[in-house]
Amino acid sequence: MFLQQLVNGVALGSVYALIALGYTMVYGIITLINFAHGEIFMVGAFIGLLLVSFFKVNVFVAILGAMIFCMIMGVIIELIAYRALRKSSRLSALISAIGVSIFLSSLALMVFGADAKGFPDGAFPVQQIKVGSADISTLQLLIIGVAAVLMMGLEFIVQKTKIGKAMRATSEDYNTSALMGINVNRVISFTFALGSALAAAGGVLVGVLFNAVSFNMGLMAGLKAFAAAVLGGIGSIPGAMLGGLLLGVSEVFGVAIGYSSYRDAIAFTILVLVLLVKPTGLLGQKITKKV
Amino acid sequence: MLKVENVSVNYGAIKALQNVSFQINQGEIVALIGANGAGKTTILNTISNIVPSVAGKITYLDKDITKLPPHEIVKLGISQVPEGRRVFAKMSVLENLEMGAYTRSDNEVGSDMEKIFQRFPRLNERKKQPAKTLSGGEQQMLAMGRALMSRPKLLLLDEPSMGLAPMLVEQIFQIIQEINASGTTILLVEQNANMALSIAHRAYVLETGEVVLQGDAKELASNPEVRKAYLGE
Ligand SMILES: Nc1ncnc2c1ncn2[C@@H]1O[C@H](COP(=O)(O)OP(=O)(O)O)[C@@H](O)[C@H]1O
Ligand SMILES: [Mg+2]
Repeated sequence: MFLQQLVNGVALGSVYALIALGYTMVYGIITLINFAHGEIFMVGAFIGLLLVSFFKVNVFVAILGAMIFCMIMGVIIELIAYRALRKSSRLSALISAIGVSIFLSSLALMVFGADAKGFPDGAFPVQQIKVGSADISTLQLLIIGVAAVLMMGLEFIVQKTKIGKAMRATSEDYNTSALMGINVNRVISFTFALGSALAAAGGVLVGVLFNAVSFNMGLMAGLKAFAAAVLGGIGSIPGAMLGGLLLGVSEVFGVAIGYSSYRDAIAFTILVLVLLVKPTGLLGQKITKKV
Repeated sequence: MLKVENVSVNYGAIKALQNVSFQINQGEIVALIGANGAGKTTILNTISNIVPSVAGKITYLDKDITKLPPHEIVKLGISQVPEGRRVFAKMSVLENLEMGAYTRSDNEVGSDMEKIFQRFPRLNERKKQPAKTLSGGEQQMLAMGRALMSRPKLLLLDEPSMGLAPMLVEQIFQIIQEINASGTTILLVEQNANMALSIAHRAYVLETGEVVLQGDAKELASNPEVRKAYLGE
């Protein structure tokens, strides 16, 4: 029972973590809460669904396709909706982000309708594996595996590659990074591309897990992932991973011990409690105001 | 080499620079002195185009760079050691130096880094440590080493002596002279006018956003007005 719930929680939490990473990376660099990030996740889910339904591709190809599509979309969103507001107040940028979010969910509503769409029958053969008393589905393993591989890939990019180091430098000190000869606009585009790709992968995985893809799925998932990012310490990449996993596991255990009607409130309750004790989040650092 | 003509800069309603003109010739050390708030940092940031000018023109090696984005200016060979050092605190010493070499893709980056480590042996010992664990003097050395990694033709130094013990200040100024002797032109911003004038060839005095005096560094150092206002007499 415990093992079962733990696996359920980790699977859900991995998806929250994938989405939370996008919030945290973008915030780390341009201190913007990208309110449209949940909708990128939703679009990713639809792209995955379309690829599977019409092109009969397997799940890995669908994830890859959704990632590439959303990568481009994320870069374009930053370019047209946020770049011109870079030097304006954060509030203007946030309002622009909310606008993009409403635009994308309305667009999805128009194109795909209000009903949740499911994947074609037998698109992913699911098997149950017995581990002790727990029934673990291959779907859960897929989610945990894909999320783990993506997060390791991200960690590699951020720690070891030139552009990843430039990302860290830019999030520490924007102006000084420019003085190094770093093209900060390009770094910001790259950050949006990475974050959007991870959200898209999360979208396909959630779509498959619940066998439902709908125009409004980005709202709650986005809010919870944002809560996860804040919980871990906004701006911190390991924080987003930890926050996502913690929220997923707590949500599943909360439901298991009988608080199922409060399912969506659990994440925010934890968030409020943690912030009361540690305002910077679990792995966050004191926010020094950038001049 | 660098020509700044009638440059003005505003921060909102604050006029930080008004009609500032000066020039730097190849091979020189030019000092820019002035009280706190005179606009020295603003000048360096305007050259690097971190802060935009509202009027005027900046020419570097006969090329108008006034509107070039900061990273293009670094590529042309102008590198800045910002005020307060501004090392990347969470990144290692090595990574900080790598960021300095960001514009380069030649295969001599490694050997240049060795040269930096020879010049600043303390950095070599602390290669893997996050920059925030370094002392103030070590951070200044890191900031200078980082700027040198781009192989600048013109190096902009913003108050390198700030907050350092006198012995370290001596050492830093010694190194500035060595960098200059090896062919790098230098624009040195300092509140420590004494030290700056002692190593500079020429100097400009800035007062509330305007150039009020200029000339040979030795002459300025003996000018009674300058001695009174900036050399504490
Ligand atoms: N980011 C900023 N916003 C508003 N005013 C600024 C800013 N930076 C500098 N100033 C103002 O511009 C003037 C020149 O500042 P600065 O160039 O930093 O002088 P210095 O380096 O000579 O001490 C000062 O009056 C300062 O208060
Ligand atoms: Mg200054």
